[in-house]
Amino acid sequence: MVHETLAATHAVVTLDVALPGIVWGWIITMNMWAKSVGTGIIFLAFFLLKKYPEQTGFIRFPVVVVSIVFIHIFLFFTVIDLHQMFRFWHIFAHPHLTSAITIGAWMATGFVGLLFAMAYAIYLKKDEAMYDKFLGWAVVLGIPVTLYTAGLMAEATARELWQMPTESAQMMLAAFLAGSATMILLGGNKFSDAIKKDLAIILGLSAFAAFILYMSEYIFGAMKAEEVAATLAFVKGGEYTAMFWIGQVMAFLVPMALVCLSLKNKSYYLLKIAAVSALVGLWVSKHVWLVIPQLLNMS
Amino acid sequence: MQLGFLVDLHLCMGCKGCEIACKVENEVPLSTWRLRVKYVDVGTFPETKRTFTPLRCNHCANAPCERICPVSALHYIENGIVNIDKERCIGCAGCVMACPYGAIYIDPQTQTADKCTYCAHRIASAMMPSCVVACPVEANIFGDLDDPTSNISKYIQQHEGNVQVRKPEKGTDPHHFYVGGGNVTLNPLASVREEGHQLFNKLTHLPVGGHH
Repeated sequence: MVHETLAATHAVVTLDVALPGIVWGWIITMNMWAKSVGTGIIFLAFFLLKKYPEQTGFIRFPVVVVSIVFIHIFLFFTVIDLHQMFRFWHIFAHPHLTSAITIGAWMATGFVGLLFAMAYAIYLKKDEAMYDKFLGWAVVLGIPVTLYTAGLMAEATARELWQMPTESAQMMLAAFLAGSATMILLGGNKFSDAIKKDLAIILGLSAFAAFILYMSEYIFGAMKAEEVAATLAFVKGGEYTAMFWIGQVMAFLVPMALVCLSLKNKSYYLLKIAAVSALVGLWVSKHVWLVIPQLLNMS
Repeated sequence: MQLGFLVDLHLCMGCKGCEIACKVENEVPLSTWRLRVKYVDVGTFPETKRTFTPLRCNHCANAPCERICPVSALHYIENGIVNIDKERCIGCAGCVMACPYGAIYIDPQTQTADKCTYCAHRIASAMMPSCVVACPVEANIFGDLDDPTSNISKYIQQHEGNVQVRKPEKGTDPHHFYVGGGNVTLNPLASVREEGHQLFNKLTHLPVGGHH
């Protein structure tokens, strides 16, 4: 779109040109971030209940509440991002199964059903065995729910920065990062030192692995494709450079350092700071990675 | 039947008649386009020239937009056109992301995806697409690629070795061809796009379309 105002007449001349713009913005970032928390905490709950069944029984109810809340934040932002949100039901009435969006919507629906079944089992029936059975299935469904966005990005031909399987790995690591961080904040001081140590290690290793993936793409991605080089230019001195590094530092570097310090000093306080930093930084990192391929000129 | 397009860039003089005809025929809102004539200035003064490239949906045989659409709003019709059902579209913009040619936009009036349909409604009435009719130099050649006697098939045969598609490495198998194209005209990364420095115009961003 072009505007030119003539000083004498104040006339506006309007012509069309194609300029790139952001179509998937912060709403989709919220979608991905909330999904990471919602599924990640289920993965972590499954791990803790298997490894420490005697000490972690109390997490069953708060975990399912947190997951329900964050999955609904994810669903809310998914729906409001649709330009025709009241046609959301078309995904169920006219499903197209080659689309990652369709698969994600169906899987997320099943996942939400299981979460409510878990809530029913633990809150109304007080049946931990039933809860744990549903939890196992929730973990199974939680994997495609976590990964479908990676599939969606992979289907975006010519947005070469979004590659499979890297995006899948990033999505899983984001879920472990967000899940462990949320669990650290949720558990308070009720967890034993052994559990805190496990959560710290999961948080630290997830941050480390995710950071390695980002840096690998940052350094080597440009050598693989012209589009990737042009996209990465936005975080290599371009307009998203500061935001990119703020995200990397907060999501990965600070948590890694604080996890090391907390393990050495047995400080749960530092671990909580690491958790908050990871959650905030994850949002920023995901946002930058979502936006920069959209700035690329396609035509 | 497999309908396709070919643009002879040697003939195109950048009049943008096709762009206007498309806008009028399909009531394409301002800030969006189904067909756009891109121009790129090449060289250093005084050795300069301007190239023109009409850009529209490529109606790929392996269309990423069709694959990513969660509700089959983007779908193939029997003549090979990738058509869009705007009543079914939910406006997720997956197709906007998936199209490697930037040929799909969110219509700010209907809040649904839209793109060139090769004027499917005109073809259904045995008429040529409006851009073909409007072109004063017959640079736009349209027809059945499966018919060896069609104009487009003959044109491709006659210009063998000088027929290109955009981004062939993406594996989309476009049904839109160019004669006389090159890196500058067909590769968007081959030229710098400096906003605010287009001829006669001061560029500013307006919303892409939709509620963002």
